[in-house]
Amino acid sequence: MSMDPASCYHCGEPCNRTHIVLDDKDFCCNGCKTVFEIFHQNDLSYYYELQESPGSTPDNTDGKFDFLDTPEFVESLLSFHNEKMEIVDLFIPNIHCSSCIWILENLNKLHDGVSSSQVDFPRKTISITYNTDKIVLKELVMLLSKIGYEPNISLNDYKNAPIKKDRSLWYKTGIAGFAFGNIMFLSFPEYFEVGEFWLEQFKGVFRWLMLVFSLPVVFYSGRDYFISAFKGIRAKLLSIDVPIALGITVLFLRSATEVVLDLGPGFFDSLTGLIFFLLLGKVFQQKTYSFLSFERDYKSYFPIAATRIDADRNEESVQVYKINKGDRLLIRNEELIPADGILISTSAKVDYSFVTGEAKPVRIVSGDKVFSGGKQISGPIEIEVLKTVSQSYLTQLWSRAAFQKDRTSEFRTLTDSIGKRFTITILIIAVVAASFWMVYDSSKALNVFTAVLIIACPCAIALAAPFTLGNMLRIYGRCKFYLKDTQSIERLSRINTVIFDKTGTITTTKINDISYNGLQLTPDEESLLKNTLRGSNHPLSRSLYELLKEHEITTLDDYREHPGKGLEASKDERNIRIGSADFVGNTAHSDTSNTAVHISSDNNYKGYYSFQNAYREGVSDVARALGKTMDIAVLSGDNDGERRQLEKLFPKLTHFYFNQKPEDKLRFIQQLQEQNKNVLMVGDGLNDAGAFAQSDVGIAVSEDINVFSPASDGILDGLKFKQLYAFILASKSAMKIIKVSFVLSLLYNVVGLYFAVSAQLEPVIAAILMPLSSISIVIFTTVATNFLGRNLK
Amino acid sequence: MSVIYVLLAISIAVALIFFTAFIISVRNGQYDDSYTPSVRMLFEDEIVKNSSTDEKPKKSIQLNK
Repeated sequence: MSMDPASCYHCGEPCNRTHIVLDDKDFCCNGCKTVFEIFHQNDLSYYYELQESPGSTPDNTDGKFDFLDTPEFVESLLSFHNEKMEIVDLFIPNIHCSSCIWILENLNKLHDGVSSSQVDFPRKTISITYNTDKIVLKELVMLLSKIGYEPNISLNDYKNAPIKKDRSLWYKTGIAGFAFGNIMFLSFPEYFEVGEFWLEQFKGVFRWLMLVFSLPVVFYSGRDYFISAFKGIRAKLLSIDVPIALGITVLFLRSATEVVLDLGPGFFDSLTGLIFFLLLGKVFQQKTYSFLSFERDYKSYFPIAATRIDADRNEESVQVYKINKGDRLLIRNEELIPADGILISTSAKVDYSFVTGEAKPVRIVSGDKVFSGGKQISGPIEIEVLKTVSQSYLTQLWSRAAFQKDRTSEFRTLTDSIGKRFTITILIIAVVAASFWMVYDSSKALNVFTAVLIIACPCAIALAAPFTLGNMLRIYGRCKFYLKDTQSIERLSRINTVIFDKTGTITTTKINDISYNGLQLTPDEESLLKNTLRGSNHPLSRSLYELLKEHEITTLDDYREHPGKGLEASKDERNIRIGSADFVGNTAHSDTSNTAVHISSDNNYKGYYSFQNAYREGVSDVARALGKTMDIAVLSGDNDGERRQLEKLFPKLTHFYFNQKPEDKLRFIQQLQEQNKNVLMVGDGLNDAGAFAQSDVGIAVSEDINVFSPASDGILDGLKFKQLYAFILASKSAMKIIKVSFVLSLLYNVVGLYFAVSAQLEPVIAAILMPLSSISIVIFTTVATNFLGRNLK
Repeated sequence: MSVIYVLLAISIAVALIFFTAFIISVRNGQYDDSYTPSVRMLFEDEIVKNSSTDEKPKKSIQLNK
C-alpha cells in the first residue's frame, strides 16, 4: 500500500509519517490537527481561506516558559502595566503571511482576556493588551505557542527598555517639503516677473515670509549636514557633507541678506528644495529589513532564565546573570547551557555546532566540562556551574576589540573621497572668478563668489549613492540576500579575499547523503526498521525514514525511545535496536568522521547508515568563479575528515585550515587585513561571530532567515548560495553606476558654473538647474539599477 | 488691498493644518509600519463564520491567491 503524498491542510508539509484525516482534510501530525481544531471551534477557519496551509507545527514547550512564573521576569518584558492590564511586545519569527496577521489580531476570539492585539508585519512583532485578571503572561505565551506562534524571548529582551523609535527623519523631511512647497508658491511672482502693481506692492511681505519658512529648514532639517561637516573638518576629512554645508550656509546668508537689504528675492526655493531632496535620499536608503536584526550577539541566543536546583531539590527560575559559581542547574532537553560547568548527571550529548562549527554532537560523561552555548540534546541533565555567564567561554568572545570598533565611521565611501577634491576645486574656481570680477567690476565680485558656491552645491552627487545603493538593497532583498546597509554594498565591491566556514555554510543541514554499510537487511527487517522509525521525531530518524522504501504500516508490539541513545522495538518475536554503536551492542566499530545510525536485529549487529552533510548546490561553481580573481580559504571548526572532498570542490590554490576556534578565525582575518586585503567572511553560526566582526564584510548563510543568525553585515538564504558570485559582481556594477552619475552631475555643474562665473545666475536658473540635476540622477540610477537587478535572480 | 493679507493668512493656515496632520500621524506611529495596515484593511469581520453548526453553506471569499 502506498500513501498518496497529500500535503497538510495546516502547515503544507507532506503527510508522510503520520497521516491524520479529519473533516476530509489531511494533517501531517497531531500538533497541526489540534491547531486546526482550536481555530475551527472558535470560528476562525477563515485563517485557512486567506492563504493555503499558512500554519506551522507547534513545538513542545513543556517547562520552557516556567520562568514567566517569576514576576521579576514578567515585569522586565512588559512595555506597560497597571493593576488591571498589561501590554507586551513579543517577537514571533513565524509571522509570514496575511493569515498570520489575521489570526493574531483575532487573538481575543481565542481568549477573552486579550483585549487587543496588533501585528507589526515587517518587524514580526505583536503588541498584545490583556486583562491580568483573566490571563497572565505565561498563559498568553503558552496560548501563542499552542497555535504555532511561539514567541522568541531571549536575554536581549530582559530589562531592555523599549528603544524609542527615531522618527526625526520623517519630521525633518516633512518640514523641508512643507517649506519647499510654500516657498515655491510664494516665488511665483518672481519667476514670471509679473509686473502687476499690487504684487509689486507686496513683494516685501512675500520675501519675508519665504525667509521665515526657510528658518526651520536650515536650522532643523539641515542640521545634520552642519554637524557632519564640522566633525569632518575637525577630523581633517573633507567629506561630501562639507561642500553641502558650505552651499547651504552661503545660500542662506546670501538670500537672507538680499531680503533684509531689499536687494532681491534670494534663493530660498533652491535652498529648501536642496535640503528636501537630500533628505528624501536619506529616507530612501533607510533600513528596509526591520525584521532581521544584524546586531545580534549572544544575548539573542541566550535564554533569560535558567532553572536552578537548590539544596532541597526545589526548582526555581533564576536570571542568567545571577547564576553563581557552584550553583546547580537543570538543563532540559533542547535547552542551552548558559554557563561553563561540570556535568553531574551520568551522561549527556551536547551539540556545540553553533559555537565551534563542529557538526557532530559531543558525548560527555559525569565530571566532564560543559561549555556555555552548547545545546543539550539527550534528555534533561544537571550541571554545576564553574564560571559565571559573563566569564564563560562563549561570552568572552564578545569582549574582544573587534566587537568594539565602529567600522562605519572608519570607512571612506566613494562619495566622501570625491568630496575632498570637489571642495578644493570649487573653492579655487570661486576665488579665481571673484578675483577676476574684482578687477573687472568689483560690485559683482561677491555675487559671483557666492553664486559659484551655491550652484556647485553637490546635491546630485550626494544623491547618486543613496538612490543607487538603496535600490540595490531592495533588489538584493528580492533575491533573498539581505544586507545591513548601503555601505555594506560598497565594501562588498572592494573585496579581494573570501573566507568560507565549512559546517552549515558550504554544507547544508537539510539534505543528507545517506549510505548503508554492513550486512544486507531482509525485507522483514527493513519493514520493522521503517515502522520503528515512524514513531521517532529525531532528525536522523526522519531523514532515514524518508529514504527507506515504502512498507505497510504495522502496529508494533513494543516500542521504546531512549533519549540520546536510540530506539528499541519488537514485533512478532523479532526485535530491533537502532541508534548509537554502544546502544546496539557494537563496540568494535568506530567511524569518527561521520554521523552514523547503527542497527542490530535480534541482538545481531547488522550494519550502519552513515550520514554525510551534503555540500550546497553550486559551491564548486562559486568557488571556481571567485578563485579566478580572488584569494580563497576555508576555515573550519571541524576536523580534516573531509579534506579530500573539499579539495575537489575548490580551486587549486585554496588554503584549508581545520580545527579552527572562533579566536583563530578572527586572528587569521586580522593578519590578512594587515597585508591590506579586503576580506569577505562567509559563515553561519556564533563561532563565526568574531570573524564577522573583524572582516570587511561578514555574510551569514542561513537555511531559515527567521531563526537566529549572529551579528553580520548580511544574511544570505542558503538556497541562494550559488548566486554569491553574481551578487559580488552586481555590487561592483552598482559602484560603476555611481561613478557615471558623478560624471553626469558634474556636467550640470559645469553648465551652472558658466552662469555663476559670468555673473548671470538668476534665482530662477538655480531653481530649475538644481532640481533638474537631482531628478535626472535619481531617474538614471533607478533605471540602471533595475536593469542590473534583472540579471539577478 | 489688504485682502491679500487675508488670502495669505488663509493659504498658510490651510498648509499648516495639513502639516500638523502630518506631524500627528508620524507621532502616532503611522509611518513606523507601512505594510501591515495595507493587509489589515482587506480583512472583513463578518467572515468569521459560526461554523459550529455545520449546515451553513461554505462561504469562500479568497484573498491573496
